[in-house]
Amino acid sequence: MNKDQVIGFIKKNTMIFVLIIVYAFFSFRTGGAILLPMNVSNLISQNAYVFVLATGMLLCILTGGNIDLSVGSVVCFVGAVGATLMVNMKVPVWLSIIIMIIIGTAIGAFQGFWIAFVRIPPFIVTLAGMLVFRGLSNVVLNGLTVSIKDKSSFVNLFGGGADCYIHDVFGNGTLNLTCLFAGLVAAALFIMIQVSTRMQRTKKNYEVENFGAFICKLVAVSAVIIIFSYKLAQHKGIPTVLIWVLVVVLVYGYITSNTTVGRYFYAVGGNEKATKLSGINTNKVYFLAYTNMGFLAALAGMITIARLTSAQPTYGQNYEMDAIGSCFIGGASAYGGIGTVPGVIVGAVLMGVINLGMSLMGVDANMQKVVKGVVLLAAVIFDVVSKRGGKLMVKN
Amino acid sequence: MASEYKLELRGVSKSFPGVKALDNVQLAIRPGTVHALMGENGAGKSTLMKCLFGIYKMDAGEIFIDGQKVVISNPDEAMKMGIAMVHQELQPVPARSVGENMYLGRFPVKKIGPIQVIDHKAMYEQTEKWLNEVDMHFDPKAMLSTLSIGQMQSVEIAKAVSHDAKVIIFDEPTSSLSDNEVEALFKIMENLRKKGVAMIYISHKMDEIKRIADDITVMRDGTYVGTWPAAEMSIDDIIAKMVGRELTNIYPPKDREFGDVIMEVEGLSSIHKRSFQDVSFKLRKGEILGFGGLVGAQRTELMEGIFGIRNLSKGEIKIHGHKVEIKNSRDAMKAGIGMITEDRRARGIFGCLSIKDNVGVSVYNKFLKAGFVLDHASINKVVDESIDKLRIKTPSKQEHIANLSGGNQQKVIISRWLANDPDILIMDEPTRGIDIGAKHEIYEIMTELAKQGKAIIMISSEMPELLGMSDRVVVMCNGKKTGEIDNEAEMTQEKVMSYATMF
Repeated sequence: MNKDQVIGFIKKNTMIFVLIIVYAFFSFRTGGAILLPMNVSNLISQNAYVFVLATGMLLCILTGGNIDLSVGSVVCFVGAVGATLMVNMKVPVWLSIIIMIIIGTAIGAFQGFWIAFVRIPPFIVTLAGMLVFRGLSNVVLNGLTVSIKDKSSFVNLFGGGADCYIHDVFGNGTLNLTCLFAGLVAAALFIMIQVSTRMQRTKKNYEVENFGAFICKLVAVSAVIIIFSYKLAQHKGIPTVLIWVLVVVLVYGYITSNTTVGRYFYAVGGNEKATKLSGINTNKVYFLAYTNMGFLAALAGMITIARLTSAQPTYGQNYEMDAIGSCFIGGASAYGGIGTVPGVIVGAVLMGVINLGMSLMGVDANMQKVVKGVVLLAAVIFDVVSKRGGKLMVKN
Repeated sequence: MASEYKLELRGVSKSFPGVKALDNVQLAIRPGTVHALMGENGAGKSTLMKCLFGIYKMDAGEIFIDGQKVVISNPDEAMKMGIAMVHQELQPVPARSVGENMYLGRFPVKKIGPIQVIDHKAMYEQTEKWLNEVDMHFDPKAMLSTLSIGQMQSVEIAKAVSHDAKVIIFDEPTSSLSDNEVEALFKIMENLRKKGVAMIYISHKMDEIKRIADDITVMRDGTYVGTWPAAEMSIDDIIAKMVGRELTNIYPPKDREFGDVIMEVEGLSSIHKRSFQDVSFKLRKGEILGFGGLVGAQRTELMEGIFGIRNLSKGEIKIHGHKVEIKNSRDAMKAGIGMITEDRRARGIFGCLSIKDNVGVSVYNKFLKAGFVLDHASINKVVDESIDKLRIKTPSKQEHIANLSGGNQQKVIISRWLANDPDILIMDEPTRGIDIGAKHEIYEIMTELAKQGKAIIMISSEMPELLGMSDRVVVMCNGKKTGEIDNEAEMTQEKVMSYATMF
C-alpha cells in the first residue's frame, strides 16, 4: 500500500478508528470495566432503540438533510397505547403488537403526507408531531405508569425483563455455547460472502482492493465478531433484542444499497430536480421515508416498554436527538444524499460507548450531555470541512 | 484634462478558464446620451458591464471618468464614483417596503441617547422625494412585492438616481415590461438625459434601440466591432454588424437520411401569458432540429412543457401520429422522450453520487431481480458500456461525478438518457461550459445518434453551433415561433437573427 492508499483508507474509515480510540480510552480509564461481559451486553440492550431509530432517521436525512423530531414522542405514544391495550383492556398480546405497528406506521404516513404532498417543511410537521404525541401519551396513560411486568411473553419477545436472552441449547456451563456458536457461524458467513464477491469481481476484471488489506479486513472483522460473541456468551448469551437490531440493520442495509427505492433516497437527496426529471416520483420517496420512520418508531416503542417493563408518559424523551446524532456522527451528510446504514450503526455504537464509558467513570450526567454535544458538533464540522477540501471558513 | 466623454473604457480584456470573454474592447459614452450596447448572446456585453461595475476584475484595460483614470474593484466603489446598474434580474427584497429596499445597506440613522437607530421618518421622506424625481408616485411604505415588475424597476432607477449616479447601466430593462411600462421607462430616461446622465442601454429589441439610442456600439465574440450614431444605422445594418463573422465548418457532415415524422407539436401554449404561446412544429426520425433565439425566448420553457414539467393551457403533442397526454416526466419517458437540461449542475448531475448512480438512476426499474432487488451486474454492464462507447474519461464507474470535467459530466448525462433508449432526445444547450475538444465529441455523438434514427431537438444559443449541427432550424422570439428555416441555403446568421428579434 502506498501513502495515498493509506490516507484514503483512514479517511474512508475515520469513525471506526475514532471508535477504537474511544473504546481504548475508556478501557484504560475504567480499568477495563467497559470490557466486562455484562457491560458489553448492556451496550446492546441499552442502545437497541438508537440502532432502530437511527436506521429510520437515515432514510429521512438521505432525502436532503430532513429530520424527524417526533420519533421520541411517537415511541412513547405507541408504547402507551400498547401497554393500555394489553393491561387495561386485556387485548391479546399478538393483536396489541399488530395495532401498535399500525398506529406507528399511520402516524408516519400522516406526517409524511404533509411533508411529501403538501410540502410543509419536515421540521415544522415533526415538531408539531412531537408536541401532539407527547400530549396524547399523557392522555392515554392519564399521566400514570402502566406496568407490563406480567405480560412476560411480550416482554421476552422484545428483549426486556430478566429473562431476555436466547437460551443455551447445548449445555449448562458458565459459557453460553449457543451464543459462541452463532458468533462463529456469523464470522464464517462474513468470510464466505467477502471471498465469493472478491472472486466474482476478479473473474470480471473489476477493481479489487489490495490482497493484504483484504486479509487484514477479514481477520479484523471476524475477530471482532468472535470476541463480541464470546463476551456475550460469558454473560447469559445473546440478548433477544440483538436479533431485532440485526434484522433491522441487515434488512435496511440491503434495501438502501440493493433496491430501487433505496437508491431513490440517495438520488432525491443528491439532486431533487434531476431526480424529478429522471421520471421518479419524488413525493413518494419523501412519503415513504417518513412512513417508514413511523413504522420503526413503533418497533422502538415496543423495545422500550419491554426493556423498562412499563409505559410512562415521559418515555422516549430526546430519543430523536440520539438518532439524529448517530446519523451525523456516522457520516450522513447534513445536506442529504450521503450516508450508509453501517456508518450510522458505527455512529450509534460510538455514542453508546461514550455514554456507557462516562457512566462507568461516574461522570456527572450533565457533563455527559456536554460531551455528547461536542462530539456531534465536531463530527459534522469534520464532515463539512473535509468536503470543502480542508478549508475551515467559507469565503465571503 | 476634461474629456468629451463622461465614461470611457479602453483596451478591456478578460479571460475565463478556457475562453477569452473580452479582447481589447473599448466603449465611450457622452454625457446626456443613451448609448446602446449590442451583440448576440455571449458577445461579452454583460461581462464588460460586470468589469465596469467591479464585479469581475479585468485582466487588462483602463476606465476613465471625466477623463480621469480610475480603478474600480467592487460594486461599492463603482456606486461611489457615480455608476449605477439596473440589473436584468432584479434583486430586491420582496417582503420589505420600497423605502427599505432603496436604503438597504445605507439606512439613515439617528441617535436616541447613545443608541443608533434607523430613522424611518427620514428614510421614507427621502424615498418619496427620489420617487418623485423619476416621476413615480406611489407609497414608499408599500411592500415591494405588491408592485409590478415595471414599478420595481423604477424603484431601482430611483435608487440609482439617489446615489447621484452620473452613469446608469440598463441591462435588458424592458425584457419583462408591458408596453405602458416601457413608455414610462422611456420617459424617465428622457428626463435623465436632460439632466446630463450618461446611460448604457443593453437590449435586443431593435425598434427600442432606434427610438431611444443616440449612439450604438456593437460587440461580437468578445471583440469590439465599432461605434456609430444610431440615426445612421438601419436595423439590417445592425444585424449585419452583430453576426458578421466567418463561419468555419468544424461540424460533422450532415449526410443523414430522414424517416417519418415522429412527433408533432400543435399550438402548444403555456398557462403563463409571457411564456411560450401557440408553438407548432414537426420532428422527423433521424434529424437534428435546432431551436434558435435569444436568451429569454422561452425555448427551454417550451421543451419543459413538452416534457411534462410545465403546465400547458392548450395545444397537443402527437407521437407516431397518436395524441399523447404528458402530465409529468414519467409520462414523457414512457412516450419515448429524454431531456438533457441546460443547467447541468443544478438540474442534471447528482454531485455527491457515483457515475454508476448517475447513469443508473433512471433505469433502476428496468434492472431488477425478483421484482425489487437491483441487478447490479446488469447495471454495471450498461454503465461500463456507456463509459466505453461515449469515451468518458474516468478512473472507474465508482468515481463521483463532481470530479469529472464538464464535458465528461455531460457524457454521463447523455448515457443516463440513452440507457432509457428514447426515440426523441431533447438537448438544451448541450455544449454549454464545455471545452472545445469535448464539444467535438458531443457533436459526433449527436450525429451518430441521428444516424441510428433518433430524433434530436437541440436548443443552442451559439449561432455557429446552431447552423453547423441542425438539419432544420426553428427560431423563437418572446415565446412565439417567428420562423422556420428548412433549407441549407437560407440557413444564415442574418436570417436567424432577424427572426430572433421579431418582437
